[in-house]
Amino acid sequence: MVTLGQYLGVSGMLFAIGFAGVLLRRNIIIVFMALELMLNAANLALVAFSRYRLGPDGLPNYNAQVLVFFIITVAAAEVAVGLAIIVALYRARRTTHVEDINALKF
Amino acid sequence: MPAPLFWIFALVMLVFGAAVVINRNPVASALSLVVSFLGLSALYLSLDAFFIGIIQVLVYAGAVMVLFLFIIMLLDLRAEERRKINWFAFTGGVLVAGSLLLQIFSVIGSTKIAHDHFPALARARVDDVHNVGLLLFGQYNLPFQVIAVLILVATVGVIVLSKRELP
Amino acid sequence: MINAVVVNSALPWVALLVPLIASALIVLFTQRARDLSALLSVAAVLVSFVCSCLIFGRANIGAAEIPWINLPGLLRVPLGFVLDQLSRTMMLVVTGVGALIHIYSLGYMRDEAGKSRYFAALSLFIFSMLGIVLANNFVMMFIFWELVGVSSYLLIGHWFDRAAAADAAKKAFITNRLGDFGFMLGILMVWGATGTVVFGEMLPRLGQITANPSFLTICVLLIFCGAVGKSAQFPLHVWLPDAMEGPTPVSALIHAATMVAAGVYMLVRVGFLVQASPAALHVIAWVGTITAVMAGLIATQQNDIKRILAYSTLSQLGYMIMAVGLASGEAAMFHLFTHAFFKALLFLAAGSVILAVHHEQDIWKMGGQGRNVFLTFVTFACGTLALIGCPPFAGYFSKDAILALALQRDPLIFAFALFTAFLTAFYMVRLFVVVFLGKPRTPEALNSRESPTSMLLPLVILSLLALIAGFTFFARHFLPLPDETHSIAPILALGAMLIGVALGVFLYRGRNEDPLNLTALRHRFYFDEFYGWLIEHTQEFLARVAAFIDRWLIDAGAVRGASGATWSFGAMLRLLQVGNLQAYAFLFGLGIIWVIYFALFR
Repeated sequence: MVTLGQYLGVSGMLFAIGFAGVLLRRNIIIVFMALELMLNAANLALVAFSRYRLGPDGLPNYNAQVLVFFIITVAAAEVAVGLAIIVALYRARRTTHVEDINALKF
Repeated sequence: MPAPLFWIFALVMLVFGAAVVINRNPVASALSLVVSFLGLSALYLSLDAFFIGIIQVLVYAGAVMVLFLFIIMLLDLRAEERRKINWFAFTGGVLVAGSLLLQIFSVIGSTKIAHDHFPALARARVDDVHNVGLLLFGQYNLPFQVIAVLILVATVGVIVLSKRELP
Repeated sequence: MINAVVVNSALPWVALLVPLIASALIVLFTQRARDLSALLSVAAVLVSFVCSCLIFGRANIGAAEIPWINLPGLLRVPLGFVLDQLSRTMMLVVTGVGALIHIYSLGYMRDEAGKSRYFAALSLFIFSMLGIVLANNFVMMFIFWELVGVSSYLLIGHWFDRAAAADAAKKAFITNRLGDFGFMLGILMVWGATGTVVFGEMLPRLGQITANPSFLTICVLLIFCGAVGKSAQFPLHVWLPDAMEGPTPVSALIHAATMVAAGVYMLVRVGFLVQASPAALHVIAWVGTITAVMAGLIATQQNDIKRILAYSTLSQLGYMIMAVGLASGEAAMFHLFTHAFFKALLFLAAGSVILAVHHEQDIWKMGGQGRNVFLTFVTFACGTLALIGCPPFAGYFSKDAILALALQRDPLIFAFALFTAFLTAFYMVRLFVVVFLGKPRTPEALNSRESPTSMLLPLVILSLLALIAGFTFFARHFLPLPDETHSIAPILALGAMLIGVALGVFLYRGRNEDPLNLTALRHRFYFDEFYGWLIEHTQEFLARVAAFIDRWLIDAGAVRGASGATWSFGAMLRLLQVGNLQAYAFLFGLGIIWVIYFALFR
């Protein structure tokens, strides 16, 4: 049987992979995808907890799942806005490389 | 869910997640992301969260991925040419991500409930669409509507951002 | 009779505040309308005078006390009035002489550009002076004491475009501040010893301070410092002659009749404290004596008519302080009372002469004014006779009271006082003879014209007062008079006066220049030069040390050091702003790891 810790461990590994992607990749679209990975790692932990801590009726705790639902919705909206920003940025700078976008420095 | 299946899907998710980061071609990365999320939704199903699993496939594998691919193709991004790796930045990034992972593992390892198995459900049929729907339209009605407004604002924002300036 | 009570307790407040209101109105609204400003100011001082008369006439008057600072068991400073005979008389003198001088100013300052400013300052002065007179505690008195200093500064520096006037104003203010610093320390010491600053509460607790005689002596001497500054006693007397740069009515009001008397008044007000310390009394008496003699000597060789009068004021103030030092507040106040009238008279008459000869103040450029400005001549003669102590004028009685007192207490002081009486007669006769007798020496003096009525009216009134103020039947309504002593002092004083008059007439009759030439006296005993030297060699050194500390320790070390440290630290932090998104994410991750480490693994 699988334990709660194993789910959490898998979630943590996915989070770490996403974080490494954010730190290492230069293509801003890939960075964005890695961010999505991190969000979903958090979602996995939430669902695992909802299954572990049952509600009073013996069913999973659906409050956590509602939260996951909200996260997915907001993430979808965020992806739309973020990609629009990337498109605008690409139009302005002709690049999707984060190291070329460094106007905000001393 | 039997343990072998869990490990298979977890492995699929992690390997393709890593492929997202490692692949040089953005299209390949995006497709790897789809596969990774499919594995993730299988894990959701294994946790009796059918509704979330379906939503995950619908929203991410369906909508978000199409958006990503569409943008990649719109911008006509090619595979990055092989560049010299900045080893300093590379080790730094790997170290930070690795130590974060180490911390997460040690927290999980030292927590008592992490070693527990999942308790059995009261009944096999969970009716989770029904239950989530009840919460969503009952207790969380206001946040739900706020989210709706948020999506509307995001839609307007996207249109404003991507509209070309009129000459 | 609730109404009567309310009116009674409101009267002192009205008397005090009306000049302040007038001053504020002038400054705020009627700057442009110069005549209106003058009328406002005169009306205000007349209202104050009427109130003072009413207060004087009503025996059972008590002003409402307003609580101001109240720290239980520590400090209580009310805004309250003391209304005994002393303050009632002083109110009359201040507002009475003040009113006359306001009226005189209408004529003297008729065509003055800064008339509004002048009258505003004059009203402010009346307010402050009444405050000193009425204050029932040290803190309130000190506040008004400083306000008097401010208004005096404004009035001396009235013609601020003249460098001499501006310098004199600064000199007066700074010299006064020197004395006031001691005064403040004295107030603090008295408060520390008795726990109160209210005069009435101090009296029953006097034992707490007299228990330690040396402490008491220091206290009294420090408080006396305030009087030394304000009443221009040796060694802080140097500002008063220079203060004559101000308009003449100001010299009459402030630097002759009222403000310089504030020091004497204050010492009499806290007489119970002063008289408790014999050692301090001794010092006070001798300071007064030295001032009287020194000022008298200097006055014999001055040529500026107002300066001579200024030194005579110094000399008379010396008499008053001497009387205080001889433990007789009555004699001091009696002389203050009479002196206020005849010295104001002398200054105003001198102003009239100065105006008549077109703002010429050198007595050797006048002469023969007895014919041209006859009324001024007569009134000036009255003032002179009163000042030199010729019976039956006022000065005779009050000065003799002091002389008799001195003879009783200390023969050496009496000898000096007698010598001062001789000097007074000598220099006043010199002044009188040179200015009014003989022939006019310049065309202006030949064609001088009598002053307008608004100036002559106060002169006449003050002459009458100078004549009668000394008689017992008049003065006893106002003051507790010193006991009459049947001693030889009046006869000796009369003799000294006659010798002085004779010598003055003999030396100066018909002269066109000064037959005496005493350099030390002409240069006022080199006090200004000495102080200049002292300041150059001590203050300059201290200033250099202070500048060094300020420039190299505080500026370079503390201020620039702190700013430099901040700046360089900021420059270091600025290097972190690389503009690379992933560098920020990297640092962010490091921070998270750090926080988790501290939160969970320690």
